[in-house]
Amino acid sequence: MSTPVHNVDRPPAVTSLRSKDLLGIADLLPEEITLVLDTADAMKEIGLRPIKKVPALRGKTVVNLFFEPSTRTRTSFEIAEKRLSADTLNIAIATSSVVKGETLADTAMNLEAMNPDIIVLRHSSSGACHLLSRICRSGIINAGDGMHEHPTQALLDAYTIRERKKQLRGLKVAIIGDLLHSRVLRSNIHLLTKMGADVWVCGPPTLMPADTRRFGVTPTNSVEQAVASADVIMLLRIQLERMEGAYFPSLREYFDVFGMTEARLTLAKPDVMIMHPGPMNRGVEIASEVADGPYSVILDQVANGVAVRMAVLYLLAGGAEHEEAA
Amino acid sequence: MKRLLKGGRVVDPANGIDGVRDVLVDGDRIARVGVGLPADGATVVEIPSGLIVCPGFIDMHVHLREPGQEHKETIATGTASAVAGGFTAVACMPNTNPVNDDANVTTYILDKARDANLARVYPIGAVSRSSQGELLADIGDLHKAGCVAITDDGHPVKTAMLLRRALEYAGMFGMVVIEHCEEPSLMGDGVAHEGFHAASLGLRGIPGACEALGVERGVLLSELTGNAFHVAHMSARASMRAVRKGKEAGVRVTCEVAPHHFTLTDEALATPVAYDTNTKMNPPLREAADRDAMLAGIADGTVDVIATDHAPHHYDEKKVEFDRAPFGIVGLETAVSLALDRLVHAGRVRLPRLVELMSVNPARILKVTGGTLSEGAPADITILAPDLNVRVEAAKLRSRSKNTPFDGWDLRGGVAATFVGGRPLFLNPEAGISTIP
Repeated sequence: MSTPVHNVDRPPAVTSLRSKDLLGIADLLPEEITLVLDTADAMKEIGLRPIKKVPALRGKTVVNLFFEPSTRTRTSFEIAEKRLSADTLNIAIATSSVVKGETLADTAMNLEAMNPDIIVLRHSSSGACHLLSRICRSGIINAGDGMHEHPTQALLDAYTIRERKKQLRGLKVAIIGDLLHSRVLRSNIHLLTKMGADVWVCGPPTLMPADTRRFGVTPTNSVEQAVASADVIMLLRIQLERMEGAYFPSLREYFDVFGMTEARLTLAKPDVMIMHPGPMNRGVEIASEVADGPYSVILDQVANGVAVRMAVLYLLAGGAEHEEAA
Repeated sequence: MKRLLKGGRVVDPANGIDGVRDVLVDGDRIARVGVGLPADGATVVEIPSGLIVCPGFIDMHVHLREPGQEHKETIATGTASAVAGGFTAVACMPNTNPVNDDANVTTYILDKARDANLARVYPIGAVSRSSQGELLADIGDLHKAGCVAITDDGHPVKTAMLLRRALEYAGMFGMVVIEHCEEPSLMGDGVAHEGFHAASLGLRGIPGACEALGVERGVLLSELTGNAFHVAHMSARASMRAVRKGKEAGVRVTCEVAPHHFTLTDEALATPVAYDTNTKMNPPLREAADRDAMLAGIADGTVDVIATDHAPHHYDEKKVEFDRAPFGIVGLETAVSLALDRLVHAGRVRLPRLVELMSVNPARILKVTGGTLSEGAPADITILAPDLNVRVEAAKLRSRSKNTPFDGWDLRGGVAATFVGGRPLFLNPEAGISTIP
């Protein structure tokens, strides 16, 4: 493994993560975030080689335990694991069958008995990863838990921003959409505020979490205010079923009031980045012209997801002992 | 047999007593309370100085789980837990399986309580059949069989109309209607108080207004019908305001607060252990302003009763994802220590007021015996050790379930002894009473 390349103004102050788990960004120090992003630089280079594989996690077992359907995140983790030569196992469990079958704790204990090194967990319940981490010696990586956190998404978002803007400090980042139900929002708020960005969150009051200011962000219902002079605009998916909860009257009206259009984009900085964690609802939270336009880095996010997840896996499962082996 | 409890500080607000007195117990009754009573053939029990002799504490909100959920608790284990916690009587909620909406269930509960022969058990019947909120349960039958109140606890009475009828009908038997106040459409699938911590942890919120709307509804209907309405496990500051306003207007409304709601806040969701399912209850732990409103209501007299909402759950049921865990914690064995530590030692209430909250008022609201050490009253006595240092140990609880958020807490104040009908059923050697002759 080559030494990570640093493209920022300060080197990482730490060389490892303190925890065996990545449960959320809330638990990370800014130095740890920088370490992950710097490590991802080296990982990204691996993905550009003709032979995209290094032996860093050879002999390590990674279980991808997904209780919610996921294409993007699961695929991204799997590619990351394979590029690091880990032995991977995918377990997809429909939540409904778990209701009748064994508990998450029992599933975890059974997996634990087979001694995997890392469990990547996606689950519809907030805090499911915390439950697992209390039971398992294996490292737990949160691949999205309910409405709580999706830390690798925030890390890949930060990586993508840093790639373009060189640093996060001082950037105005506007996050717009269904804030209440979004784990991507929570992870991004923690990460961006820890790294010194100026974070604005925008959505209808019905989809705004309680006590938003206490997160260190500026809430607004005005998309124009949120977007004004923004360096980064991050759009969150509007779930079609939210209309049934009377969070807003119609998708058409949502788009009218909050949708990211080319006209609204002109309020932002000229070099604004448009981001979306996917999957997108074109014509709801984002106009197709914006999604496919020159400011969009949505596919860069996907590409960087692999590098960032390699970095997290490497730091949690590989670390120093593989410096020598590689 | 006769016993003379000698030398304790007797706090019996029903008789205006707060001072060193002797208590003579004859069989299952209080024979006399006075200064320097002669032994006169009675066995003398020296009460160590510093201990407080009170009328037996009554917990008017307990889930004993039997029949139907004996893996969580039985009437025997629940009443053992009660006497260990200083309670000489408990009122048990009807959300058993089957629901206590039928005199046969009431009789079954009373039979089991008689077999256990520990704390007294006062069954509370359902308002509606199966607590489904459609038709009234046979309230007259329930009353005749021994129910002391009615409620659809676990849920609010489904409609305002049915609550109105329940108040009117139960009033005929002199029974109070106890209400789990909650507006279902605001409850949704909420699992925690709607505030910063739930938002941060990604837990669906339950706003205080969800409870307060139910309180307002009940107060209005109590005013309309003129019958007694009791708010169970109150948690929100807006609810306290509604009760206070109702009382000022002369409405027959009373309310209770659980120890966890005057002790904890929603911060417990996040720390020391994030997503600890023993911090999940309904109503939820609320924010500091709500907790402080509960303390203020206890201090200023708005709150009538401290009741535990003792809700045992097996550890299998709690060792799951937070949103899938059942609501509720056990409370019988921690209530007295929390009340002494957080209320009395914190200077919010004095001991006579605590005795009103935990003995006099529940007896008055449910119209059951107790709440006094008057001559001829049942010899139900709780002896407190207000300065005893207590460490809560979940594993040592008498309850069949150990679901408490207070495991490992150090509290000042505990129970020294519990007498039911003159029988010493719990003695705490650490408080200086190890045997009773």
